[in-house]
Amino acid sequence: MVANNKTVADMIPGETAIIVGFSDEEIAVKLLEMGFLPGTAVRFNFTAPFGDPVCVSVSGYDLSLRKDEACVISILN
Amino acid sequence: MSATTKIKVALAGKPNSGKSSLFNQLTGLNQKVGNFPGVTVDKRTGIAELDEFTNAEILDLPGTYSLYPRSLDEKIVAEVFADRKGVHFPDKVVLVADTTNLKNCFLLLTQLIDLKIPTILALNMVDVAAKSGMSIDIKVLASLFDVPVVFINARKGQGIEKLKKMLLQPLKASDKKIFAIAKEIMPAVEMVKVELGLSSDYEAYQFLQQKDHYQFLSDQQRKFIKELGIQHNVFPGKYQGAETILRYGFIQEVLNKIVIRSANPEWNKRSHQLDKIFTHKIGGYLIFFSVLFLIFQSIFTMAQIPMDFIDSSFANLANYLSKNLPEGPLFEMIAQGIVPGIGGIVIFIPQIAILFAFIAILEETGYMARVVFLMDKIMRQFGLNGKSVVPLMSGWACAIPAILATRTIENWKDRLITIFVIPFMSCSARLPVFAILVALIVPDDYVLGVFNLQGIALMGLYLLGFLAAILSAWVMKIILKSKERSFLIMEMPSYRMPKWSNVGYTIVEKTKAFVFEAGKVILAISIILWVLASYGPSDEMNKAKEVVHAQHPELKVSHDEFNNEVAAYKLEHSYAGIIGKGIEPVIRPLGYDWKIGIALITSFAAREVFVGTIATIYSLGSTEEQSTIKKRLQNEINPETGGPRFTPAVGFSLLIFYTFAMQCASTLAVVKRETKGWKWPIIQLVYMTTLAYVFALITFQILS
Repeated sequence: MVANNKTVADMIPGETAIIVGFSDEEIAVKLLEMGFLPGTAVRFNFTAPFGDPVCVSVSGYDLSLRKDEACVISILN
Repeated sequence: MSATTKIKVALAGKPNSGKSSLFNQLTGLNQKVGNFPGVTVDKRTGIAELDEFTNAEILDLPGTYSLYPRSLDEKIVAEVFADRKGVHFPDKVVLVADTTNLKNCFLLLTQLIDLKIPTILALNMVDVAAKSGMSIDIKVLASLFDVPVVFINARKGQGIEKLKKMLLQPLKASDKKIFAIAKEIMPAVEMVKVELGLSSDYEAYQFLQQKDHYQFLSDQQRKFIKELGIQHNVFPGKYQGAETILRYGFIQEVLNKIVIRSANPEWNKRSHQLDKIFTHKIGGYLIFFSVLFLIFQSIFTMAQIPMDFIDSSFANLANYLSKNLPEGPLFEMIAQGIVPGIGGIVIFIPQIAILFAFIAILEETGYMARVVFLMDKIMRQFGLNGKSVVPLMSGWACAIPAILATRTIENWKDRLITIFVIPFMSCSARLPVFAILVALIVPDDYVLGVFNLQGIALMGLYLLGFLAAILSAWVMKIILKSKERSFLIMEMPSYRMPKWSNVGYTIVEKTKAFVFEAGKVILAISIILWVLASYGPSDEMNKAKEVVHAQHPELKVSHDEFNNEVAAYKLEHSYAGIIGKGIEPVIRPLGYDWKIGIALITSFAAREVFVGTIATIYSLGSTEEQSTIKKRLQNEINPETGGPRFTPAVGFSLLIFYTFAMQCASTLAVVKRETKGWKWPIIQLVYMTTLAYVFALITFQILS
């Protein structure tokens, strides 16, 4: 669906990117409601001690996501 | 007094928006927690006096981001707003929005506007937003959404009077239409609207999407909508993504017009710095385990004084009643069945209150979200979820509020596993049993100078219970199959100081839940068990005094010791005694005799009853004084071996049994309600009892 296959799961702490789409419809509706809108910026804050879940900022607030969920969000940066 | 009118007001908004603070501000202590019919979601309602003629019934809805539900709690919100004829449908809605995070709060608002529900927008945490450098144009905001807007500070109680005045004014639904429904399904929307007599297109559209969530629909209506959906190729979730994007588009336009100056991104820096500490890969866990240790310590030390006081008060009351009430079975039941039964419930209140005080503080500060974040990966290995941590912790105080706390877990399988393993966490009712047995068989010595052996044994038992919980969860993870996906998309709120009155309300609420949920079952069963333990085949019971007199001619009739012997004789020949003897062959391999058998049976209502039963059966009267019981048990002789009855083997076998066994009727009742059927409580009872039996058997056989 997106040529560039990079997702939020591939980001490193401190990195910022633009959301371009989702690869899983079921989770996408939930992510959209939480403010993960295509075209908005997402910032990768830090990960939990075992690398999962991760903490990101989007639409002006902080959220935690599991890696499984983060890798659904395609990004451009 | 003049006649008062009553209006129904619902508070809606996303989690952490300050809804509960506002609810507490509006209603004070005039609140109660009930259940929505058919489901087990807490329904918090309260009365707010708007003026001398008008009261508002305030309904605090569970926090939700939109009308599309993810968890059980959120389903209720969708249903309340859809069922216009329902008792909960509000006259007016107050949408509480966190001003520091408006975008997300407005999603639900736009849906309410499309549903044509009269709504007031209450902007909360304006002070925090102002500190961050953000300012907004409230007039433009009100006109863009066509809803009245009020600034409030729910924590400090500012703006509440203004909100009350607004609630008194007539309120019309907003004229805005934000979401345009896709043309291809408009025919279906029209048909639903006509058939069910709905007022707006969006309402009909919601019915098409969410028919399965609406319990209030008749089968016929649901079938009608379902067939229509199939005809027009509408399935749940099909348009949801597009709807959300469209709504956020509108919201962004609004934000562009109302935000005069946006927040300085630096303002949240402190929260991020704290996160570096609290979610550090080593420090984070150290802090978490220190917090756990602190809670643990507090439960046991701080609760001790009030618990001792309650214990002796109820014992004195029961004694007083026994001596002063006229004779007769009814009065005996009051003095020996009902009063101690109520005492057995009240005694746990201090521990439960302390535990929930801590949990409320951790939640208020935002730290709990970090605990979920830290523990999620680990818990998932065992089929649990980061959100299982709080319920499992609560299990140390009492399984009942713990099981109620699992409602925030969205995924059914995760939630079921959490409920299933919670009773393994050593609750406060196990403590009296543990305490007496440990004191009996473990020497009060120190190793390495500092570690008390009894303390180590006690800690070991708690650890054992925890391991049983974790490993059982892991087994269930493998056995249970679920198509539902587990996810953890959770807001990480900024750190802040707890609001103490909210902590207070939580304590009151949880304690009430325990007293009324667990209380009624414990009380009912204690009465049944009292009957079983006080009555038996009548000639045996009537002969009690003569037989004891013949056996112990040296004791004076009416002497305490004589009465204790009579009580023990009666218990032996009561129905409970008969059952105890009946199960003796089954429990003999565990090292137990019929006397312990009786205690196993009577402690089924609640574990701590074990101690009282043991006291009676060894003819100690109604004393629960530990040292007395301990001495008596130490001197008890096993007639078969000639040695002591309570050998370390028997003691450890009992400890293991009580660590694993279900032995709690109220937990079973709550599990039945939460899982909507007898299937899970029965599996749980069989599983835990089997585990307890097998491990107690192994323990006894190895040690003896």
